[in-house]
Amino acid sequence: MAGIGDPAIRTRGLTKRFGSVVAVDDVDLEVAEGDRYGFLGPNGSGKTTMVRMLLGLVFATAGEVEVLGHPVPRHAAEALRDVGALVEGPAAYPHLSAATNLSLIDAAGPRHSRLPRGDRRRRIHEALEQVGLDGIGRRPVKAFSLGMRQRLGLAAAVIRRPRLLVLDEPTNGLDPQGIQEVRALLVALNEAGTTVFLSSHLLAEVEQLCSRVGVMDSGRLVVQEDLAGLRRPTGRAVVRVGDPAAARDLLRERVAVVDGDRLVVRDIGVDELTRRLVEAGIAVHEAQPERRSLEDTVLELTGPGSDRVAG
Amino acid sequence: MIAVELRKLLLRPRTWISVFMLCLLPTVVAVFLAVTGIGPRPGQGPTFLAAVLSNGQLYPAAALGIVLPIFLPIAVSVVAGESIAGEASTGTLRYLVARPVGRTRILVAKLVAVTVFTLLAVVAVAGTGYVSGVTLLGANELAATTTTTVSGTPLDSRQLTVRTVLMVLYIGLSMLGVAAVSMFLSTLTDSPLAAALGGLGVLVGSTVLVGLDAAESVRNWLPTRYWLAWVDLFRDPILWRDVERGVLVQAIWTGVLLGAAWANFSTRDVTS
Repeated sequence: MAGIGDPAIRTRGLTKRFGSVVAVDDVDLEVAEGDRYGFLGPNGSGKTTMVRMLLGLVFATAGEVEVLGHPVPRHAAEALRDVGALVEGPAAYPHLSAATNLSLIDAAGPRHSRLPRGDRRRRIHEALEQVGLDGIGRRPVKAFSLGMRQRLGLAAAVIRRPRLLVLDEPTNGLDPQGIQEVRALLVALNEAGTTVFLSSHLLAEVEQLCSRVGVMDSGRLVVQEDLAGLRRPTGRAVVRVGDPAAARDLLRERVAVVDGDRLVVRDIGVDELTRRLVEAGIAVHEAQPERRSLEDTVLELTGPGSDRVAG
Repeated sequence: MIAVELRKLLLRPRTWISVFMLCLLPTVVAVFLAVTGIGPRPGQGPTFLAAVLSNGQLYPAAALGIVLPIFLPIAVSVVAGESIAGEASTGTLRYLVARPVGRTRILVAKLVAVTVFTLLAVVAVAGTGYVSGVTLLGANELAATTTTTVSGTPLDSRQLTVRTVLMVLYIGLSMLGVAAVSMFLSTLTDSPLAAALGGLGVLVGSTVLVGLDAAESVRNWLPTRYWLAWVDLFRDPILWRDVERGVLVQAIWTGVLLGAAWANFSTRDVTS
């Protein structure tokens, strides 16, 4: 049974082979309840196969999957009833309206996981409102734009107020305002207790939303850490000064990089650096400890995506 | 899930268009027969058509005889081929499985929907056949309450109703055999078109072999072998032999193919 304190997602030694190709190789993933987990990796690194195994779509070659304390796929009915998902783009019956589509997918589930009949209409309206589609009316989905379909897919994922959201590229096809809205929605849901598992190759998206990060590369989980840990200071300081040449003369070999008026300086704290520059009469516009960006970390940890086929 | 599948079936315009088309052809045939009064000579042309000029009440059977060889199997095969492959090609299959709906449950619900469609089509054709037969060709005027069998003996309305119902069920079962082929193929491919055409390919192959004397050894086990045996239901007395064999052959084909569909679908990775 699922107990308090069980992780939302836990895999042990999870492996998937398609013929001779190892898509996922011995992955131990752990997502705690309440996390905002960012799942990163280049194209073809096994992210989608992982997501599909979590949802019982693809059967593992070896290893175990537990979602909300229940094994998948053996007890998928218990595990997945409190999970909302968006996998590889939204999908809907094109000749039906948004509301009919939501109603059908909800009614398709096992009896104990359906919304009560009387509640369903209200929840459909609420979900459409949450994703900004409440004015959509009876238009069939085939007349929807890419962004509208994406929003409908999100509505289907959040309609039953799931404990866990598994989202694969949820902002695909959305404009900047749309991305902002989705981010706000996910933060609000997370604050209300929903665990968010976000698979993406958009580093900025993960950086802005997630508190914990896992990075896949060629089927392996190469890192799983808090975002803050990945972005810890490098020990160097970055300053922008009025007179770069003077600053360079002052600091000499401590200057690692000069880029216009921006200097990267090693072996010195920000406070000490600022004081010395000011004492030397050099104007300091900006000074801060250097942090690695998520991009640097990910690029360092991963190889090129499988869609790059160089000669 | 079954209710959901039925809703999907009934909300789909294609369902109604194909039923309408199925009903249209026999009606057009009835109009031509009524206007010209020229029927095929007995023993020629589609089953029963020779008999209906003198008796419009037999027209439901004739109408089914017209759509049975090609149109009905096409309609059933398209709906059955759509079942899993159609969900896969729209991408909704992954959301059904992740919802989660058990794979066996998905398959059973699809089967129920296909069966309902088949019966709907057969009953609609028989119904419009009755209406067009009686209004355009007229009931047997010699005896308003009785009609005659293919064997020439009289048949009262109650007997006629019983036999018509048996015919609808028999043809329904034959079509379920078609549906089983296409549903099995539908679990193998993500293309609904391939599944539907594959099912029709099996039928064409079966029809060719049934007509081939050299294939004597296998032809009694081919799915289309006893398709026309329902004509025997309108003989007096009813000739049960071929009907019984037909039921057995269809049951075997349906059982084996649905079993294969289940075995394949419940162990397959959903990668669409």
